[in-house]
Amino acid sequence: MTNKTSRRAFLRGAAAVGAGAATVGAAAAQTPDPLITKVQPWASELGDGVDAVRYGLPIEFEGDVVRRNVEWLTADTISSINFTPIHALDGTITPQGCAFERHHSGAIELRKEDYRLMINGLVDRPLVFTYADLERFPRENHVYFCECAANTGMEWAGAQLNGAQFTHGMIHNMEYTGVSLRTLLEEAGLDTAGDLSAKWVFVEGADASSNGRSIPMDKALDDVLVAFKANGEALRKEHGYPVRLVVPGWEGNMWIKWIRRIEVMDGPVESREETSKYTDTLADGVSRKWTWAMDAKSVVTSPSPQSPIKHGKGPLVITGLAWTGNGAITRVDVSKDGGKTWETARLAKPGEKMAMTRFYLDTDWDGSEMLLQSRAMDDTGYVQPTKAQLREVRGLNSIYHNNCIQTWLVRENGEAENVEVS
Amino acid sequence: MSKFLKSIAVFAVVSTSVATPVLAEKFGLGRVALPEEIAAWDQEVRPDGTGLPVGSGDAIDGEEIFADKCASCHGDFAEGIDNWPKLAGGADTLDHEDPLKTVGSYWPYLSTTFDYVKRSMPFGAAGTLTDDEVYAITAYILYSNDMIEDDFVLSNETFFDVDMPNAAGFIVDDRATTEYPQWSGEPCMENCKTDVKITMRALVLDVTPNQTAAEPAAEAKVEETAEVAAVVEEVAAVVEPEVVALDEALVAKGKKTFKKCKACHKIGEGAKNGTGPLLNGVVGATAGAVEKFKYSKAMASAGADGLVWTPEELHAFLTKPKAYMKKTKMSFNGLKKESDRNAVIEYLKSFGE
Repeated sequence: MTNKTSRRAFLRGAAAVGAGAATVGAAAAQTPDPLITKVQPWASELGDGVDAVRYGLPIEFEGDVVRRNVEWLTADTISSINFTPIHALDGTITPQGCAFERHHSGAIELRKEDYRLMINGLVDRPLVFTYADLERFPRENHVYFCECAANTGMEWAGAQLNGAQFTHGMIHNMEYTGVSLRTLLEEAGLDTAGDLSAKWVFVEGADASSNGRSIPMDKALDDVLVAFKANGEALRKEHGYPVRLVVPGWEGNMWIKWIRRIEVMDGPVESREETSKYTDTLADGVSRKWTWAMDAKSVVTSPSPQSPIKHGKGPLVITGLAWTGNGAITRVDVSKDGGKTWETARLAKPGEKMAMTRFYLDTDWDGSEMLLQSRAMDDTGYVQPTKAQLREVRGLNSIYHNNCIQTWLVRENGEAENVEVS
Repeated sequence: MSKFLKSIAVFAVVSTSVATPVLAEKFGLGRVALPEEIAAWDQEVRPDGTGLPVGSGDAIDGEEIFADKCASCHGDFAEGIDNWPKLAGGADTLDHEDPLKTVGSYWPYLSTTFDYVKRSMPFGAAGTLTDDEVYAITAYILYSNDMIEDDFVLSNETFFDVDMPNAAGFIVDDRATTEYPQWSGEPCMENCKTDVKITMRALVLDVTPNQTAAEPAAEAKVEETAEVAAVVEEVAAVVEPEVVALDEALVAKGKKTFKKCKACHKIGEGAKNGTGPLLNGVVGATAGAVEKFKYSKAMASAGADGLVWTPEELHAFLTKPKAYMKKTKMSFNGLKKESDRNAVIEYLKSFGE
């Protein structure tokens, strides 16, 4: 830890000097920096040759940027979830290797050669496709976020987990390559189904849980993808290799991994995952079902509890992520005082439909305590609500679909904590 | 701002014309699925009974199969062990704090239970149950929820004789009317609140995993397990600790561990005998001595022979009940961790007579 941070330590020292100086501008160095004045080993000796690693992982200095599990959440890692280290990432694309995992019966290993996809039910001809067949249909590329309905669910009752990774890390954002579900359904033929407006597809995976879910036909024919590549390469086994379903903007549980069957039906199956789970119980005990779309949401990823400010006062980049399952992000506001006043952040790129948007607020921190919040807006005009607003409608027993405004208390020493504010 | 909006519009136009391939006729790819193949995979059962196979089973058969194939996670009485799902109980809790959602209290359709057991259970051996076994297990789960009598034979013909208590407990997503209108429009930018107070802090609760570098599977600080849904209760338990004059922290921990016992044992004011005897004042009491409880012969005679539930004896019993007393009626695997036993015993102590 000490060796690898020597350069950062230097920068920190420089910042401290700068903070003490009365004038604006670069700090004056007290002594020459040996990292500059002395010939360092890496500037003199040779590095690794090509092929030293045939498929690369991040350099060891980034070894703490990993998925993490919260053991007490679930009984067993086989049926569990872990969290994307969003506090340490930038841009919008989540590398597959650290993108959160959610399994119901473990991540299986299914060879492309053993892969079969069946389309049956109310279709003109029930069909079976091999992996090779899928590669012969016209392909599309799209970037979409995938958020578990339970993301931020542990925060419903109050500030609980101390880090953006844990409060908001059941999400990833990747560029998918695949075939539109519409193409495959039309290949099987939908004349038999008649009026499509009241029809559904039931989709299930090849793993032991099968995780069956029902999707209304209008969504199935709109933008659902049968994907086999993410971020340019094959899906990882933990994300459904060789083929998964991508259901843009809708809760992650519907993104069936290892998808093996699509059945056209005249009604929903009301499976375990769409009745007993992923439903939202209101104060009067009545529960909402079919709450598929993930509403607009955002979080400041840095500074945050796992990404404190280490440089003292002065220039500070406040950054975070925003997304909406109902369209595109149009604006993100940031508050430093717990929601009293807001300033509009800069979007790194204009929001794209059902994809993550990166925002930045380039600011000059005066070193005083902050209560940092972010508030997303989307192109439907929706404004991300506070936890109090959500509770007012949904009561205290809700768990899923919590898209509340998050607050980080950033102290004068730069450390941050997950808090809830009035 | 106008320039920004224009760029979005341009982007949208470009993206639709570029991203979607123009489809011609059918591609002629894939092959026709054979009836046997469809039959092998098309197994789901729907609310109207579509897909329900011919077969039958009752709770008596189901109890045996359940003990063999399900109880290691779900408990002998479908009460759930550790953090595994509880399948029974929770009636009328949905509008209370921390509702217990089970097949009996929450699931709207019986088809869902049958479908899930048939296609996805047992954990690690999915798809190995016969249809009659699935009927029997489903019947046992219903029986555990007091929804059928033990002589009720569940079959494809009697399937709809069972009433699901929460069948009417669901509404379709209404956010478009109850939420979206009031959370839309130009939001407040200045003087939005007069006062901001911190009302809750994650560091006080302290349930975040340690994150030592290069240690991906960070060890959780908290030993107790809890469902995502039960986190709510965790918060309440930590924020409002029990007021008792013992080792408070240990009692609080014991209260959580006692959840494993709660399906059978009641404790506290107004507690009555259930499947197991009420436990008020059990620490220091003679074994097998709670009035009106029908003990096993083994337990009754141990008490008559002078067995007293000292903390030491409770430790020994709770470690592995059937090993301590072979014929005890208590069908519980035991608390393997000494820390769990310490906590539960401290919790029991907090309910003296």
